[in-house]
Amino acid sequence: MKLSEQWLREWVNPASDTQALVHQITMAGLEVDGVEPVAGQFSGVIIGEVTEIGPHPDADKLRICQVAGGEDRVQVVCGAPNVRAGMKVPFAVIGATLPGDFKIRKARLRGQTSNGMLCSEAELGLSESHDGLMELPDDAPVGADLADYLKLNDVTIDIDLTPNRADCLSIRGIAREVGVLNQLVAEGPVIEPVPAHHAEVIDVAVKAPQACPRYLGRVLRNVNLAVPTPLWMQEKLRRSGIRSIDAAVDVTNYVMLELGQPMHAFDRAEIDGGIVVRMAEQDEKLVLLDGQEVAMTADTLVIADHQKPIAIAGIMGGEHSGVSAGTRDLVLEAAYFDPILLAGKARHYGLHTDASHRFERGVDATMAREAMERATALLMDIVGGEPGDIVEAVSEPDLPVEAVIDLREQRISDVLGVTIDRTEIEEILGRLGLHVDKLLKHGWRVRVPGFRPDLTIEVDLIEEVGRIYGYNNLPVTRAFGSLEMRPQVEARRPVSAVQSYFVSRGYQEAITYSFVDPKIQSLVDPEQAGIELANPISADLSVMRTTLWSGLLKTLAHNQNRQQPRIRLFETGLQFVRQDGGINQTPMLAGVVTGTQVPENWANGRRDADFFDVKGELEALFDLLGIRISFEAGQHPALHPGQTAKLTMEGEFVGWLGVLHPLVQKKLDLNGVILMFELFLNPILSGYVPNFKEFSKFPEVRRDLAIIIGSDVTFAEVERIVRQAAGRHLTALRPFDVYEGETLGEGKKSLALSLFWQSTERTLNEEEVHSFFDGVIDALKKESGAILRS
Amino acid sequence: MENLDQLVQDGLAAVEQADSLQTLDQVRVDYLGKKGLLTQQLKALGQLSAEERPAAGQKINDAKGRVQQALSERRATLEASAIDQKLASESIDVTLPGRGQDLGGLHPVTRTRERIERFFTGAGYTVEQGPEIEDDYHNFEALNIPGHHPARAMHDTFYFDPGTLLRTHTSPVQIRTMEVGEPPFRMICPGRVYRCDSDMTHTPMFHQVEGLLVEEKVSFADLKSTVEAFLRMFFERDLKVRFRPSYFPFTEPSAEVDIEWGREADGSIKWLEVMGCGMVHPKVFQHCGIDAERYRGFAFGLGVERLAMLRYGVNDLRMFFENDLRFLRQFR
Repeated sequence: MKLSEQWLREWVNPASDTQALVHQITMAGLEVDGVEPVAGQFSGVIIGEVTEIGPHPDADKLRICQVAGGEDRVQVVCGAPNVRAGMKVPFAVIGATLPGDFKIRKARLRGQTSNGMLCSEAELGLSESHDGLMELPDDAPVGADLADYLKLNDVTIDIDLTPNRADCLSIRGIAREVGVLNQLVAEGPVIEPVPAHHAEVIDVAVKAPQACPRYLGRVLRNVNLAVPTPLWMQEKLRRSGIRSIDAAVDVTNYVMLELGQPMHAFDRAEIDGGIVVRMAEQDEKLVLLDGQEVAMTADTLVIADHQKPIAIAGIMGGEHSGVSAGTRDLVLEAAYFDPILLAGKARHYGLHTDASHRFERGVDATMAREAMERATALLMDIVGGEPGDIVEAVSEPDLPVEAVIDLREQRISDVLGVTIDRTEIEEILGRLGLHVDKLLKHGWRVRVPGFRPDLTIEVDLIEEVGRIYGYNNLPVTRAFGSLEMRPQVEARRPVSAVQSYFVSRGYQEAITYSFVDPKIQSLVDPEQAGIELANPISADLSVMRTTLWSGLLKTLAHNQNRQQPRIRLFETGLQFVRQDGGINQTPMLAGVVTGTQVPENWANGRRDADFFDVKGELEALFDLLGIRISFEAGQHPALHPGQTAKLTMEGEFVGWLGVLHPLVQKKLDLNGVILMFELFLNPILSGYVPNFKEFSKFPEVRRDLAIIIGSDVTFAEVERIVRQAAGRHLTALRPFDVYEGETLGEGKKSLALSLFWQSTERTLNEEEVHSFFDGVIDALKKESGAILRS
Repeated sequence: MENLDQLVQDGLAAVEQADSLQTLDQVRVDYLGKKGLLTQQLKALGQLSAEERPAAGQKINDAKGRVQQALSERRATLEASAIDQKLASESIDVTLPGRGQDLGGLHPVTRTRERIERFFTGAGYTVEQGPEIEDDYHNFEALNIPGHHPARAMHDTFYFDPGTLLRTHTSPVQIRTMEVGEPPFRMICPGRVYRCDSDMTHTPMFHQVEGLLVEEKVSFADLKSTVEAFLRMFFERDLKVRFRPSYFPFTEPSAEVDIEWGREADGSIKWLEVMGCGMVHPKVFQHCGIDAERYRGFAFGLGVERLAMLRYGVNDLRMFFENDLRFLRQFR
């Protein structure tokens, strides 16, 4: 809501200056977004009169004008197309300064002297209009200071209203509020009923009374729309951000700004029969005032005549029935439309109008007649005309019920935390225009006037009392706390523990969007379709991620493109997967790694991270979390077929670790070997509570062996065989060398193992260990075809 | 026996001259070894008379002792210098940088969110989580934002279908928590939220922490103290805080919270909006089956990125989600 401070002060004029007034409005909950001067900074501009006009001898587009208004009549060269003899215009005399610190000096234009400048609205910072000179009314006093004449010592206050305060979408509403805050009475112009000059009325039939409980129509005959809107009205509209069109439209807009009631003016000649307020037929067509043709839906309320729709109710009029310069008779409309019915309708048609903005938020249902009288009187003043009687169609049961609310004194202090004096509460209610119908034993029965449809329950009134009392005058009580302890599940580690772990391992946490590029996602997770947004912000953020890799790889690319060769990233967050008609939203942990394993350094620092580096990091994480995870070779469409592990925990799948498939990597335009992992977060956080076990006091025995086995025999298989054969005293088994090379022959590898035995009961003797060792070797020979290396 | 003194003198000289443990050992062998010169003197005792033997033996032993003593001392000296030499040869350039893994870092949003969580968990609040793909009911209806409500326009919502959307705030988590629990409640709900808006000051995803306290006796004054204390602790400054009446469908009275943030050109306090808050609207309680006459509550909400920007001086919201390492590394 934009309004002129001057206009506001016509209604209520507190002693405070602009800054204090604006602060007061903001602190009452009507947030002021901006305060702008209504014109640019200028001086030395007077009202001039063009007395004579003649051609410029050397320029077709320039004219030589004689301009009165200054001390003498002077010659001015002017290029505006609308300049003509007899017009009154803003005249910047020699020595004047225009906005942008533009000094007016005597000049020669194509050889002709120019003593000043005739100005357009844009040149004075009044509007964007460069169409030509600003035309002043014929009765403008020649020679007077323009800024004084136009009362330009004014600001436009822009208030960002919350949707509940529809009552403040007018000068009257804001003035009322300012009055409440300053203990002043806001008073506007006196509005009197205008008696009918003739018997012609417009026939009004409301077929949808729920949607339109009140509709008023009035005929105004014999208007002269050639008469321009008076400058004072144009200026008030302009300062509220509304462009002047013609007197009929301007007056309806003016009344809307002044009182808050949107109105519309139809050309009587274009209305076939009378007015019918009804729901639209499905796909019924209407060309709107802005020129677009809409096909309406059946839940749209229309204003129609006996043949066709002529307006979308409360949103925009039709082009055909709108007033034009040739209109002689008007039909004025003032109505109350149901906010719930109108909600979202304008948006549905891609529209947002001053009328729809107000009707959606709730207009005072009792105001239409007052507005009709006001508009009639204003129009008659400007364009003449003879009014008929107002026709009012009203459906009382469909009108909003006047709210009557019981307000308890105790509840006010309970909610606000302060006891406010009873008389002060009554005084606040009174200033707000709320009527105390009855004093109750512990409070008041309050009747809410029509202009505050947002007040319906007790707490609405408590808020009003608190607001006017001042939130910042409410006490600040000491914070209090319950001493009750909260349970803590020791086994379950917090996500923050995982995050800290990765940070200490050189990983940087990333937070990527939950919606991703479907192209990237179909490469990293081709087997699952991401859930699509109906209204994505852009195509590359249009599907929900099924894997955190989508965002992490994009981040990797971003950083590789910025000369970052070594990247280690992790992220935690949800993946979104459609399953069995529902949507699974599952917390995940994922990481990507590329570049050297440790930062390049002066010794041994150039080795790129590989599968086993990241596996080692994950294993340490699992140790931290106290869980056992098995790695087995697996296949994932985005991962290298020979370097992918499927991770399981107690037989349940928990995630993947692998190298990004080179083909996928190429398509994503990424460099280097890229390691990736992704795990379900919940199962791995399940953790444990330590449980002490006695450790052995007896010595541990170590035996090493080296075997040659087939390349396809996995370590896991060897381990299984060894553990089975080594007996119960085996405490550890560690591979210490893996080698493949020509000397071993095709398809062979050498594997060296250390085995550790220890008993909890006694020292193992040499023969025992020897027999364990032989048993292991025999089993390996038998079960995996191993050959003992000498 | 005249040459005994000479032998000792020679031996001591040889010890003195030995410049390595090896030569010193040779000296030991030469004089005290099985065939050493002094050892042979002992063997020669047999040629003496029984009367002469003790005294001579004593002299020889004394001589051996002197040489032995010198040998030990010399050995200690040589060993010390050998260690010094070895240590000297082992010295390193301690100014070279260390090796190994470097340190990663938490995202500034996580850093900020965890800080906020610690303030509130310390005051007995629980941390609650919920789905990010929400239904219309929990995101809007239950929060007193019915379908026709103009406030819906304030939430630029991402939809999947008319009833399914990306949550526009974390308030639905409060609803879900209240639905299954019994008052009193004291919780914060941190997490990702989504609005269909993207420009210099908006990203389509950002993070909120919303808090809720429901008890039998709680007032707006208590809310004020909670919000003020939090903001002062967060910024570690005794800054001015003001409460400006505002409107949220799910709270009443509602307020926006401004903090003092420098001065305007004219010297007045520059206020910056940082949070929204209010007393829980009775309709919200009704939707969760909580007796709005018996219980009251307050709720507050804040944008994590906004607070992080103010706290760390970040000037472009979008940087949080570009995840540029040059940005992220500044927050470890």
